[in-house]
Order: sequence, then C-alpha cells, then structure tokens
Amino acid sequence: MTVADRSAVITAGRAIGGGRRLPLTWIGVIPFFAYVGLFLLLPTGIVVAGAFLDKNGNPTFAEIQTTLSQDYVVRAYWNSLLLSLVSAVVGAVAGAILAYAIVLGSPHGLLRRVVTSMAGVLAQFGGVTLAFAFIATIGGAGFLTVFLQDHGIDIYPNGIWLYELPGLVVVYLYFQIPLMVLVFLPALDGVRPQWREATESLGGNSWHYWRYVAGPLLFPAFLGATLLLFANAFSAYATAAALINQGNPIVPLAIGNLIQSEVGLSDPGQAKALALGMVVIVAIVMVSYAILQRRTARWLQ
Amino acid sequence: MNWHRFSRLGLAAAAVLIVAACGSSTTAGSTNWATVPSASAGGGMDALVAAAKAEGELNVIALPPDWANYGAIISGFTAKYGIKINSANPNGSSQDEVDAVNQLGKTSRAPDVLDVGMKVALANTSLFAPYEVQTWNDILASQKDPNGVWVQDYGGYMSIGYDSSKVPTITSVDDLLGSAFKGKVALNGDPTKANAALNGVMMVSLAEGGSLDNIGPGVDFFHKLKVANNFVPVQATTATVKSGQTPVVLDWDYLSAAHGTDVPTWKVFVPSNAILGGYYAQAINKNAPHPAAARLWEEYLYSNEGQNLWLKGLARPVRMQAMQAAGTIDAAAAAALPAVNGTPVFLSDAQATAAGAYLAAHWAAAIS
Repeated sequence: MTVADRSAVITAGRAIGGGRRLPLTWIGVIPFFAYVGLFLLLPTGIVVAGAFLDKNGNPTFAEIQTTLSQDYVVRAYWNSLLLSLVSAVVGAVAGAILAYAIVLGSPHGLLRRVVTSMAGVLAQFGGVTLAFAFIATIGGAGFLTVFLQDHGIDIYPNGIWLYELPGLVVVYLYFQIPLMVLVFLPALDGVRPQWREATESLGGNSWHYWRYVAGPLLFPAFLGATLLLFANAFSAYATAAALINQGNPIVPLAIGNLIQSEVGLSDPGQAKALALGMVVIVAIVMVSYAILQRRTARWLQ
Repeated sequence: MNWHRFSRLGLAAAAVLIVAACGSSTTAGSTNWATVPSASAGGGMDALVAAAKAEGELNVIALPPDWANYGAIISGFTAKYGIKINSANPNGSSQDEVDAVNQLGKTSRAPDVLDVGMKVALANTSLFAPYEVQTWNDILASQKDPNGVWVQDYGGYMSIGYDSSKVPTITSVDDLLGSAFKGKVALNGDPTKANAALNGVMMVSLAEGGSLDNIGPGVDFFHKLKVANNFVPVQATTATVKSGQTPVVLDWDYLSAAHGTDVPTWKVFVPSNAILGGYYAQAINKNAPHPAAARLWEEYLYSNEGQNLWLKGLARPVRMQAMQAAGTIDAAAAAALPAVNGTPVFLSDAQATAAGAYLAAHWAAAIS
C-alpha cells in the first residue's frame, strides 16, 4: 500500500516535471513510526503521566513518594539492578571470550557458522519455555536433581536457589551469553590483523598490543554490549514470572503484582510510579549505549 | 447454540421471547415472589413450588457441571420440580456473573441466581434480593448476611495437604519445621497476590498464636520455614503435586483432597487450633425473571438433598456440621473429606484487607 503510494507520488512528481521533487521517501517508514508511537511512545506517555496523578486525576508527587518510601520497592530496585549487573557482566565476559575464540578460527569455517546460528536461536530463547526447561532439568523434582540425589549429591543443600535470584542469574545467562556473541562479533571482526603486525614490527609484545591497541579500541564496544545486556535483563518479565512465585523480588514482578493482586493490593498508580523508575533507568542505559556505539563506530568500520 | 440458531429465524425468536415473557409474568395467586423474604412469608413451600412450576424455567450462570457436582444438582432440580434450567456461560468467573446481571437488566435472559466469591458478593449487595431459606437457622451468623442478601453455600477449610509416602504424618503446623520437610512446603501462590495463599499464611498465624486481626505470627513462621530451607517458593498446582515438586501444600481442603486422584498417598490435615473457612456465596438477582423458581432453587440447594450433592463434589456444604449433628449427612461422601474438630472462623473483608497490607510490607523480606 505505502510502497505503491510512494511510487505513485514519485511518478506524479516526475509528471509535473522539473527538478523540484518533494522528499517523500519518509512515507515508507510511516508504518514503523505508527507502530512505535502506538506501542512504545503512547504507553510510555501514559505511564509517565499516570505516575504524577492521584486517583482523582490531580497532579501530585505523592504516588512516587509513597511508592519509593516502601522497603519492598527499594529492595526490588536493588535486586533488579544487582541481577541485571551480574548477569550482564558475567554474560559479557563469557560471551566475549567465546566470540574471540570464534574469530581466531576460519571466518567461513563450520565452527563459526554453527556457533553464530546457535547463538541467534539461543539469544531469543526465553520466557516460560526457558523457565520450564530449567525447572524440568534442575528444579526441585527435575530429572538431573533427582538423578544426582540418587547418587548422593544434593545440589540444593541450602534451599532451592533456582527459584530465587541466583537461579535467575543462571537462567538469564542462557540468553545473555549468546546475545553477547552476536553483538560483540562485529566489533572483533573490525580488528585488523595488520594492527597486530604493526605492533610487533614496532617491537611491542602481546601485552602491549592488548593494552595500547586492541583493548582501547574494543573497550567501548564491550562496555556498550554490556549495557545492552543490562537493559535486556533489567526489563525481562516472563522468565522471572514463570520461575519466581514468591515475594516479587524484582521490579517487573512487583509491578505485575500491583496490577494483578486479588487480595486488595492492586494499585495501578503505584505500578506506574514503579514503571517510571524503570523507564528512567533504561533511558540512562540506552543513552550511554548510544554514546559508546558512536565512539566504537569511529574506529571499527 | 440453540439461541444462535433461533436468532436466524426472526419469527421463532419472537415466539420464544413471548413464551419467556409470559412465563416470567405469571405469578401464583397474588404473591409477588420478587419481594418475598422467605417461603413462609409467601404462603409456604407448596405455594412457592406451584409458583415456580408456573414460571417453568430458571436461568443459572457460571456453574461448570464438573465443579462442586453442579451437573448432578442441575439435573436433580429439573427432575424433582420439572423446571427447565438454562445454564449460561458455565466457565465464567464471579465477575462475569455480576456483569451479566448488570448488562441483561430486566430481560428474560438475566441470571436468576448467582454463585460468587465473597469479595464479589460483598461488592455488589445492591444487585441482590434478600431471602431466607427454610434451613436458615443451621447456617452460622458469620456465614450469611443478616437479611439473607447473600448466604455462603459451600467451600472448605484451609488445610495442609501432603504426600504421606514422602513426608511423615503431620499432626501440627510446627511439624513443618522438621528436617524431614526440607525443600517441600509450598503455598498456592504468593499471599500478596492470591487469596488462597493469604489464607494459608493466616491459618498458620492462627495456629502460631496470631488472630484474624494479626497475620504477623504466620509471616514469622514462614521466615522460620525459609531459614530451615523447608519452604519451596513454587506455586502449588495439580501439576507440581503430581510431579512431586510440592509434596506439602497449604491450600483449601476441597482443592487439596482432589490431589488424591493423582497421588493416592495424598492426605489432608486441618489443624484443630486453626480452622479457617473460605466459602462461596449464593445470591438472588433482585430483577430475576423467574423470582419464584430462583427462590425454590435456593431452597433446593440448602435442603439436605442439595447439600449432600455438593458434598459428593468434595465441596463442604455450609450446613455440614448441623447435618452431621442431625445425622442427615451423606456419611460416605463426608468421609472423603478431612475430619475437622472445632469451630471455624472466617476472615471479614476488613480483616483480609488489613492482612494484605501487612503482607505487602513484610512478606518479601520474610522469605528472602
């Protein structure tokens, strides 16, 4: 529809003749902006506005103040930040090592093709399916848990950590590491072998190469990818909701409970105040990511 | 389905509407059953039966045939009185029932009677007509509205269900702290979200020295369970019980007893020092298109026959204790439910809200 419109408009422009043509190519992206507007900007606007309104629709800071003064909210933010940080840093380091191992091999070799296509699949494997895979394998009655118990090994001597924050870190790493491989591989590919040769011909050793050449070049890309992983973990809901059923220890689950509670605790105003906090944190992370991306792009084309 | 087919044939649809309208406007004698607060006030049971038969139909809603034995209750009522029952939206929720009352208003398709959760019942009392069944005095004052606007019908007690092949016999709440229960004790959800879980914590609180106004000891107990590594933070469902993830579950006894189908060694225990009840409630639509049939339906449900039919569906009928005392209970069906000795208590709406607020502030810290 839009493509047809656009070509019709362009044709019409030509028919009028002359060199002046309105730049109408943007029509092609209208569906995209309509989509983003309807499903990202509008809900964000509603959340931000709602966080500053009381139950009668009057402007107020009370919702945010009462929400942020509650212990469980502070704890949920703290847990969310810690979970996202740990899973992002561990995922970034492990993913970077894996990506480097792939780069060392042949660029068209079987290993690289297998690992990248697997990473593409696993980076998208999340939510209830992933949670179920872990519950069925190492849950309280998972087949591996039972098998190890039968052989005298108890993997849960201090309670089933799979259903708590440590479990979430392990499960999140399942998609964080492949995601890191995908986003970090282009940066590693941008590192030219000639730079290493140049370092060596100038008398530098491996340490010098990493410290003064590859390291500074790759570090912004690494940091940027880590931030992406951080945002990825910070906003994840379905996996956590499927795995954690008690205490709503992280912010997305706390928001869910403020909407769904059937015991009189539902409070959409507080849910919006919590969501606003998440929007602010993700916005900071994504702006930092964009800045780092620009620095990286300057060198690694 | 039938209704859909009729709607294509305008003439037939009109005919049905006329018949239905005639049915609803027919009243026996001069009694207006829509405002009668009891059978005796309307001229006795015989007059009620006659008026209901004249109406000929009854509209019920959200009654799944396999839930609390409603299939048998519906066919039993029709067989006894020859009144046809139109069962709408059998899998609907309590809120769906109230929505139907509001949307269908005074039409002939509006639900005559409702079976709703207590929260929905208390929030919508202005939609209901007060009525006292003949067996009114058997029902505890805490289980009914003083005027009969709503009356609890069936439900059960908060219980500890357990797989006796995996854990030792449970005789008190404190047993759960023992080392044999490591990684085994679960709730039916998060108590800040799910009503059944909130009642589970409240039951523990009652057993641990708390009261309906103080859920704190229950929260403290779960903290001890957590420290002992006995608490499993998994929402107990039929699936988790079957797979063995949750060998000990705090849940309503009538839901817990049903696990016996999957786990033959499943047992249900109700602590005698903490008998916490949770019941559904009956209500009559004040604009019921069949007011006499609606009241006869209530009489049937609260008769020995209706109560025993619920019992066969593992639901604990509200008159159970009175019927046990009178010897009119279906003993075989009663034996399928866990034994309970003592007087049950019930959370009021205000107490439940207060407990929820306490949990919001303290639950997450207690179990992490």
